[in-house]
Amino acid sequence: MSTHEISITVNGKEYKRTVDSRLHLADFLRQELGLTGTHIGCEHGVCGACTVLVDGASARSCLMLAVQADERRVETIESVASPDGTLHPIQAALSQHHGLQCGYCTPGVVMTLVELQRECGSEPITEEEIRRALSGNLCRCTGYQGMVDAALAVLPKAHTKV
Amino acid sequence: MKPSAFTYHAPKTLDEALDLMATLDNARVLAGGQSLMPMMNYRVVQPEHLIDLGRIPELAFLDDTPEGLKVGAMTTQRAIERSALVRRRCPLLTDALFHVGHQQTRNRGTIGGSICHLDPSAELPVTACALDAVMMVASKAGRRKIPFAEFPAGYLASSLEPDEILVQIDFGPWPNRAGSAFEEYAVRPADFAIVSIAAVIAMDGGDIISEARIAAGGIAAVPVRLTTVETMLKGRRADADLFERAAAMAAALPAEGDDNNRPEYRQELAGHLTQRALTKAVRRARARTFT
Repeated sequence: MSTHEISITVNGKEYKRTVDSRLHLADFLRQELGLTGTHIGCEHGVCGACTVLVDGASARSCLMLAVQADERRVETIESVASPDGTLHPIQAALSQHHGLQCGYCTPGVVMTLVELQRECGSEPITEEEIRRALSGNLCRCTGYQGMVDAALAVLPKAHTKV
Repeated sequence: MKPSAFTYHAPKTLDEALDLMATLDNARVLAGGQSLMPMMNYRVVQPEHLIDLGRIPELAFLDDTPEGLKVGAMTTQRAIERSALVRRRCPLLTDALFHVGHQQTRNRGTIGGSICHLDPSAELPVTACALDAVMMVASKAGRRKIPFAEFPAGYLASSLEPDEILVQIDFGPWPNRAGSAFEEYAVRPADFAIVSIAAVIAMDGGDIISEARIAAGGIAAVPVRLTTVETMLKGRRADADLFERAAAMAAALPAEGDDNNRPEYRQELAGHLTQRALTKAVRRARARTFT
């Protein structure tokens, strides 16, 4: 067992903590920082509920140690809406298009779609590409159609490729 | 669902990592963590020491050389997937990565990690098998090359010595007028494949196959080359009849199975996927006018 002094920027704020080597990033966010928006589903990298962005790239936070995030920039669901509570367009679209029911998987879904939105920029994206991006987030409620509709409503000039 | 206790090491250079490998007992190398971390969370694997290669920049690179594409072991699957260089110089890698995991896992998962983990359903070992990739491994004693054919030691096991680290994968030059395809069947897209087929087909100036490389995943504990099919294809005219004959041969090869997917089912998949992969690879070879 080893412990490590780490310094992580989470949602724009720098945190210094001493952590056990085996503490994974999801537990660090939830237990050390109280950021319980990141949900833990399977804890072995299958469900995608714990998806966060690390240096801008989506990652499963149950498969990453907190110590691996030392000196990195982490974004969680808590950073997505405006501080005044105004929903991000992706969140608003998910709500409008019934892209969530129980909501357990939703933080992971939102982080995946935020990454997708940043990556595609002004490039048009197809429904197929959206479905591929969402394939890493398991949802047992919605059947995904609402999520796809929400993404199609927000992402630039999305169209279906036959 | 939490890993057991271990000591974490984050060497900054390969030399530091090799020193640690030479001195520590029960140490595991951590690459992207997309296979090892689940096994540690399940406590299937309980190393005393974890040596994280993620802080060693010299292990992540894509090098275009006259001898072919060389890829650093810690290059992420996502970086390879998005590389225009890879698509041009080694398109089978791009084809294969389309099927690998999810964006969240490809962002962190590495080529070296996947090849060393040697999951029978993983795409990158099958790709390395088809391309006769050469593994460059390092230890305190120096470096050595291991051809992929000699790299797997068995189910989920490589032939790396306990003090060795895979540092680079050499894919060799892409054959002239060659096209490739990676076809697999999984219950859900991006899920673990039941059977996968990687094919590289080179054509002569006309319509005759001059070279065929076909590898299969999911029919044995390690990736296998379909050498009898390769030999049959060489020198023959590429047409639908030939692909059907190749498919029948692939489906007749011995396959291992389990309770979920019996050997006969895997054999049938190997046949269909071979036919699909050949059809696509030949179409691409015909379209490829440059090397």
